[in-house]
Amino acid sequence: MINRIVQSMADAMAGVTDGATVLVGGFGLVGQPNALIAGLIELGVKDLVVVANNAGGGKAGLANLMALGRVRRIICSFPRSAGSTVFEELYRAGKIELEIVPQGTLAERMRAAGAGVGAFYTPTAYGTKLAQGKEVREINGKPHVLEYALHGDVALVEAWQADRWGNLIYRASGQNFNPVMATAAKTTIVQTQHVVELGELDPEKIMTPGIFVDRVVHVPYGDPVMV
Amino acid sequence: MNTTTANTTLAIKPWSRPRMAARVAQDIPEGWYVNLGIGIPTMVADHVPAEREVIIHSENGILGMGPAPDAEHVDPWLINAGKQYVTLRAGGSYIHHADSFAVIRGGHLDLCVLGAFEVAENGDIANWATSENDSAPAVGGAMDLAVGAKRVWVVMEHTTKDGRSKLVRHCSYPLTALAAVKRVYTNLAVLDVTEAGFRVIDMLPGLTREELQARTDADLHFA
Repeated sequence: MINRIVQSMADAMAGVTDGATVLVGGFGLVGQPNALIAGLIELGVKDLVVVANNAGGGKAGLANLMALGRVRRIICSFPRSAGSTVFEELYRAGKIELEIVPQGTLAERMRAAGAGVGAFYTPTAYGTKLAQGKEVREINGKPHVLEYALHGDVALVEAWQADRWGNLIYRASGQNFNPVMATAAKTTIVQTQHVVELGELDPEKIMTPGIFVDRVVHVPYGDPVMV
Repeated sequence: MNTTTANTTLAIKPWSRPRMAARVAQDIPEGWYVNLGIGIPTMVADHVPAEREVIIHSENGILGMGPAPDAEHVDPWLINAGKQYVTLRAGGSYIHHADSFAVIRGGHLDLCVLGAFEVAENGDIANWATSENDSAPAVGGAMDLAVGAKRVWVVMEHTTKDGRSKLVRHCSYPLTALAAVKRVYTNLAVLDVTEAGFRVIDMLPGLTREELQARTDADLHFA
């Protein structure tokens, strides 16, 4: 019997090591796998490369992981967010590396990773400082910039519903980066609000099939709360 | 350099921010798929009449975004790219981030309305970083939107608070995209970006061409 549901955070986080590239889902506070980030902090791994849209808001979650000095490098589109001073302080002190990526390029680099595409050309960022040093090729008369696939060792994902095969459904704007990150990592770890019986999820509504999921932990924390 | 400074105070009151948003909304026809940036662009949605079906896209995966809910009807799972609570219209849908940016980058949006620090007369736009030395600016989806939408309009004040023109010959801030902007709505005028440069297609009533040019770094052409 396939059962990807694990009973403890320690089981969920097993095998995550120092130096790992960790893809973290969520946009704003919606769809953000807070319990898994807390699990990562508890695990104590360091020297991490974190890929997320934002460099952590407030003091909790990603901001806390960074404040503890566990993150070597962050790859994101929007390092600044409301109440996020942790990243800026670390960055100014030279204690964290930053790679800024246009949001669509960030998503597409992970889609490429998940789909086995090594790299792609996009017109986004051509002629700007985010394309400096990158190969440019003219395609259909338009200059394109070469961007490489972005693979994760681990993806941390939040879902609304999951079954024991790891089939997932997301809620409203909680989908965001989660489905694409689930495809792009060697190990995909999911926290879910609800666990349902196998066969209960409508196959036509499953958004991430279990083939992309390794472990699921049940975290019924309720609604995201704006800060 | 953008040294153009208005040395006289205008006798006429410039358009307000809601008025600028309404002026943009007036030009959006039914059936368009539109992405609205943060700031004045977000206000554009409030000025599209409900009976005109314009489908608003938000980068975080919403097609058919509706207005902000009242306090009793907040769905904590439904926020827009500005991280504000919003609603979903009948017919609306949710997509994931890679597909949401396929909407943007694949040329499926009819229009994107952005704010900007500067727009150059060739359509170059600078709207993400205020200096080359700003080492950690937030780009978000600005570069994808500026390149990907079928047309990019900018809505912004005509000048900075200290009177510098934001319509320039060449951008001095780091670029977001090259030759991307098709039209600019300011608090003084509406201008198309043409092969010849900025062409004024609408002006604040009572404002003279000379007064507008005096507040604009780039040369203006008049219809």
